[in-house]
Amino acid sequence: MSKIIASAAIRGAHKIVGQAEKKWQEAMDKWGAGEPVGFPNTAYYLPIIYGMLGVPVEKLGDMEQIINRCKALLPPPVKEEHPLPYLAPALDAGMATFFAEELIEAIRYLEQPDFYTKTEDIADSNIWLGAADDVILRKRGVEFVDGTAPGFAAVLGSAPTNEIAAKIAQELQEKNLYVFMAAEYNGKRFSEQLIEAGVQIGWPTRLVSFGPDVSATVFAMGFATRAAMSFGGIQAGEFRKILIYNKDRIFAFALPMGFVSDEWYANAAGAINWGFPVIADTPIPEVLPTGICTYEHVVSNIPHDNLVAKAIEVRGLKVTVAEVPVPVAYGPAFEGERVRGEDIYLECGGGRTHMVEWVTTKRMEEVEDGRVKVIGPEITDVEPGSRLPMAIAVEVAGREMQDDYEPILERQIHHLINYAQGVMHIGQRDIAWIRISKQAVEKGFKLHHIGALLHAKLHQDFGRIFDKLQVKVYTEEDKVNEVLEKARAVYGHRDTRVEGMTDESTETYYSCTLCQSFAPSHVCVVSPERTGLCGSYNWMDCKASFEINPTGPNQPVEKGETLDAKLGAWQGVNDFVLKASRGKIDHYYFYSIVNDPMTTCGCCECIAAVVPMCNGVMTVSREYTGDTPCGMKFTTLAGTIGGGLSTPGFVGHSKYNVTQRKFISGDGGLFRIVWMPKVLKEEIAERLKARAEELGMPDFPDMIADETVGVTEEEILPFLEEKGHPALKMDPIIG
Amino acid sequence: MAEEKKEVKSIDPATVEMIEKAASDGARVVFERAATMKPCPIGSEGSCCSMCSMGPCRVPLPKGKEETPEEKRKRVGVCGATPETIAARNFLRKTAAGAAAHSDHGRKVTEAFLLAAKGEAKGFQIKDEQKLLQVALDLGVEIGDRSNEEIAIDIGEMAYKDFGRQEGEILFGRRAPLKRQELWHKQGVYPRGVDREVVEAMHRTHMGVDQDYKSLLQQAARTSLADGWGGSMIATELQDIMFGTPSPVLSQINLGVLKEDEVNLIIHGHEPQLAEMLAVVTQDPEMIEYAKSKGAKGINLAGMCCTANEILMRHGVPIAGNFLQQELAIVTGALEAMVVDVQCIMQGIADIAKCFHTKIITTDPRAFIEGTTHIEFDERKAVDTARAIVKAAIDNFPNRGKNVRIPDVRSDLIAGFSHETINYLLGGLFLSSYRPLNDNIINGRIRGVAGVVGCNNVRVTHDDVHVTMVKELIKNDVLVLQTGCSAMACAKAGLMVPEAAAEFAGEGLAEVCQAVGIPPVLHLGSCVDNARILIAATAMVKDGGLGDDISDLPAAGAAPEWMSEKAISIGEYFVASGVFTVFGAAWPTLGNKEVTDFLFKDTEDLYGGMWAFEPDPIKAAQMMIAHIDKKRKALGIDKARERVLYDMAMRRELE
Repeated sequence: MSKIIASAAIRGAHKIVGQAEKKWQEAMDKWGAGEPVGFPNTAYYLPIIYGMLGVPVEKLGDMEQIINRCKALLPPPVKEEHPLPYLAPALDAGMATFFAEELIEAIRYLEQPDFYTKTEDIADSNIWLGAADDVILRKRGVEFVDGTAPGFAAVLGSAPTNEIAAKIAQELQEKNLYVFMAAEYNGKRFSEQLIEAGVQIGWPTRLVSFGPDVSATVFAMGFATRAAMSFGGIQAGEFRKILIYNKDRIFAFALPMGFVSDEWYANAAGAINWGFPVIADTPIPEVLPTGICTYEHVVSNIPHDNLVAKAIEVRGLKVTVAEVPVPVAYGPAFEGERVRGEDIYLECGGGRTHMVEWVTTKRMEEVEDGRVKVIGPEITDVEPGSRLPMAIAVEVAGREMQDDYEPILERQIHHLINYAQGVMHIGQRDIAWIRISKQAVEKGFKLHHIGALLHAKLHQDFGRIFDKLQVKVYTEEDKVNEVLEKARAVYGHRDTRVEGMTDESTETYYSCTLCQSFAPSHVCVVSPERTGLCGSYNWMDCKASFEINPTGPNQPVEKGETLDAKLGAWQGVNDFVLKASRGKIDHYYFYSIVNDPMTTCGCCECIAAVVPMCNGVMTVSREYTGDTPCGMKFTTLAGTIGGGLSTPGFVGHSKYNVTQRKFISGDGGLFRIVWMPKVLKEEIAERLKARAEELGMPDFPDMIADETVGVTEEEILPFLEEKGHPALKMDPIIG
Repeated sequence: MAEEKKEVKSIDPATVEMIEKAASDGARVVFERAATMKPCPIGSEGSCCSMCSMGPCRVPLPKGKEETPEEKRKRVGVCGATPETIAARNFLRKTAAGAAAHSDHGRKVTEAFLLAAKGEAKGFQIKDEQKLLQVALDLGVEIGDRSNEEIAIDIGEMAYKDFGRQEGEILFGRRAPLKRQELWHKQGVYPRGVDREVVEAMHRTHMGVDQDYKSLLQQAARTSLADGWGGSMIATELQDIMFGTPSPVLSQINLGVLKEDEVNLIIHGHEPQLAEMLAVVTQDPEMIEYAKSKGAKGINLAGMCCTANEILMRHGVPIAGNFLQQELAIVTGALEAMVVDVQCIMQGIADIAKCFHTKIITTDPRAFIEGTTHIEFDERKAVDTARAIVKAAIDNFPNRGKNVRIPDVRSDLIAGFSHETINYLLGGLFLSSYRPLNDNIINGRIRGVAGVVGCNNVRVTHDDVHVTMVKELIKNDVLVLQTGCSAMACAKAGLMVPEAAAEFAGEGLAEVCQAVGIPPVLHLGSCVDNARILIAATAMVKDGGLGDDISDLPAAGAAPEWMSEKAISIGEYFVASGVFTVFGAAWPTLGNKEVTDFLFKDTEDLYGGMWAFEPDPIKAAQMMIAHIDKKRKALGIDKARERVLYDMAMRRELE
């Protein structure tokens, strides 16, 4: 920390803590100490304060001790001549800054409840999103966990022009990074510049307009802090572990754009505690020696066209960006972008026309690698605002190719097309739907490019399982219908085949340690009848992933001697888990929630919990933010059992798993389910019905209570009794 | 040339000015006595044995010719003791004396500590709770919901027993890296108890006991370890708990800190207990009023030698000077009282004081000086004793004569770098660690770390050897940790302010210093505080990336102007802890090749560290740098490190 930076940071911290104290006193006068405060829908209170100090701030009165901590942390100003050592005091001042800013923002939520949209998308009249709630944290956090998003850039201020802002944002998006924006410079904010430049911002495009003031930086830091607690299994108050976790695993950095004020320096000093370096476009002093951050701490005066590359290098991040032969920007950051109304140039599927996507295996000589053929009208042949039917047939060949891999490749089509900027893709198989924007067409995007990008990306990611791949894009009605018919027959065949696989008939399961980048002791073992709890990996996916990358996170696990067939325990699996969890977990049961269930990384789609009074089990999916009969919201549950723990009474699982035959079969199976939120029930309705019929109780779905019945055990029990829910007659669940 | 160089007595202008004043005042100070008293050439090489009354026997190497084996056989003492035995015995006795001095200091501190814990020493208390708990954890003292005092009593009693322990191992040894402890076990030198090793050293060196130089030198290692990881470490740790762990503080040094219009009182010696009380009492408004009633504007407390370092580190009390300046402080004519406790107090001050009005007050029951005032310091009546002493100084103010000249020379310095502080300074409250230090050593910004410590020695140009060596080291990106009079020399030369980084340090080191806001030369305290360097070195090992023992670190030690036996003990425990250590000024075994070779060469195989002797400070610094580079090479950090960029797979591999 140079003396200038430390002096400024300490001055800035004094100002910000002063502001927080003033605001707090005003709020106290107005509302009183008992007034509840906090960020919306989170189990982590004010997350930086909670993470660092272990103190839950729930009421205005709780803030007093935080203000006192801030004051105790604030060092005296740095002397001009013979200063005392200033690095550590400046880091402490940075920490006090974040605590104070969290208080300021929490008071803002109290005083101006509608200041932030509290949504994923910006609204017409308000672009400030505010703190990410826990639903967003988990949904987006999974991308950090699986590497789809390697990190984030915290942008402060504004670029010299809107064009430069848009260019930097796109460059960050192309590197798959999230962009968290706050603060103003020269009367402008980066978020506003992007909107003026016609860029879509919001969580879906990874351009997150947190807030207009520098204090909104705490939303970015709070996100990082919560990631350590929810995915890393670190307890609140274990500040050192949280900070080191961030340094090692969350690849974030700060990009102050424009004049760096004392307040900005204070925030930068705070961020360095997390190991996040500062890369500035202005000639501020540099701090090059390493130590707190992995490499340099402050690097300055970087030209705008080199800013992103430099930032990534300084943070020590490796981002492999695929070269995809399309005339538009390409990457996961563009997946959430929408194409609306008059922006649409061409639309296919979505109930308006037929559309189908199909991967099929051919003989080697039938496939010419890299060939893309558009059969029917190209985009250049139609007027803006047109609709066409479409069939995308991906034909692959290779010695390693198996029929089982076809659905895996097919499932990639959705996001691979969606990654192209200005192209929106929804659904799959015969319910696919695509919109191509005028902006994309202007840049030269054609239907041909769909084939080109699929060829390039599938080769890159799955090249080991096939040798050759060609793509046919049909846009003629009769040809599309022809493909549709063939594809539908294959879909039916595939579904029965996968449904038919059982754990008993399978000797090799697959591990998934993808999440160990975030939850170091967590090990999923995926069997045909117990898909991964994140919902992203079934047994077949893991098998394919192993074939593609034999040393990767999915490894075959010979299940070995059966130790307990009912609860689901195998010697081979336990041996593997012991090793892969680095000695932390020595066994778990696949089919039980009551007895040492499988570990949870925190990325789970649903969490089931025992509700003893109802002699059953409830489950809640992460979209549901309300209370549940176990007394905890989803996010509290995830915070409690995530991070690679095996917690009897609780288990994470995928949505799909609910209707698999082995779902908590050791404890009585599906009939134990007494409650789930409506949104989940609706989503899995069809399969739930089928499974209930299979079990001989077709009206079982109607016996499951939801939030309209109640959110406490007492509220739902009469309903269960009235419906004659089977769980009530089962053996005691805890006994 | 050599004759000419001797003319320069000091590089410190205040010292030079006062030597001249002393001469004109007719006060015969150490610099003048040294001109007439030459060192005994045989004794200085360790070739004289005075262990029994059949001697002293002198067995020097014949000068100017090769010795035949027959002549060598004849060159023995009357008892037949070989020159090797004689040199090694002398060396071991010096080690034992040094270890005894530090350890007896530690014992006294422990006694005060126990009194404080029991509430029997008014004015003393458990000041640093955090350190108390840390030490309790290290020693396995139960914490639970016990009071600080209860915990402190346990710690004090355990420490107290460590001095008299007959079997087993000294307590703080377990803080050393595991590999180091294994090595001590293997060499059979893990100290049992502090006193036991000193007594055994004295026994072994008695006429006709241990007469194998290697065996004698192994006992030297064991005795010194009982000092560094025993007595000295106990002193440092308990002092920190009682008086507070030092943290960075700005102060001043040199004779110019004395004030013309105030009562000047210097506390000189090594122990902090009385000094702590004086620091409090001299601030007492009642005492200040009393001083004013005698015509002074106030009371000015300053320190000298290591007592000075103790109260500098904790309170920022200015330092009047280092060892060779003690008489010169009196020569200013402005000193009302020089209060002394133990160690490094020249008897010469009593004689010099006669030429001026200065009162010499001895305070320790172990250290009387003929012809001076004795006011014994008793921890049970600490405040009263301190007040009596300050009053005596004030009462002496009206006696100050006209012959007053205070050199207008003083330098600013930042002191207070304890292990705990360094740990904090490198990462702040939330991320304190040695990581940034290790990281910057690994990436080469910092080439290595050197401990430059020790005394002044009138046989070399005062302060010059320290300052020249340290400048050479920092110029070559070696971070320097200092204690004792060596630290004072560099502080006077302006090396202990953060601005010195840009002026004197190499580019890499300067960059790190500027990032952290530290000087390139860090003041770690008094000579018992060399234990802090051991703890810092261990912390570097434990933080990782620099090997798994102290001997793997790119580090070296030096005492370029040493004179006291304590320096030998310090050097020996550094060597036995794995540090390459260079001494200047003189070397006490030069008369014997075998003993010298054992210490300079064979010891490296046994301990990973070894001794060297080089009076030229630049050459000595270069030897240290060469050793640092050798260690860097062994660690594989001698080449530029590639920047590692992390992808997800690498993040998964992280533990």
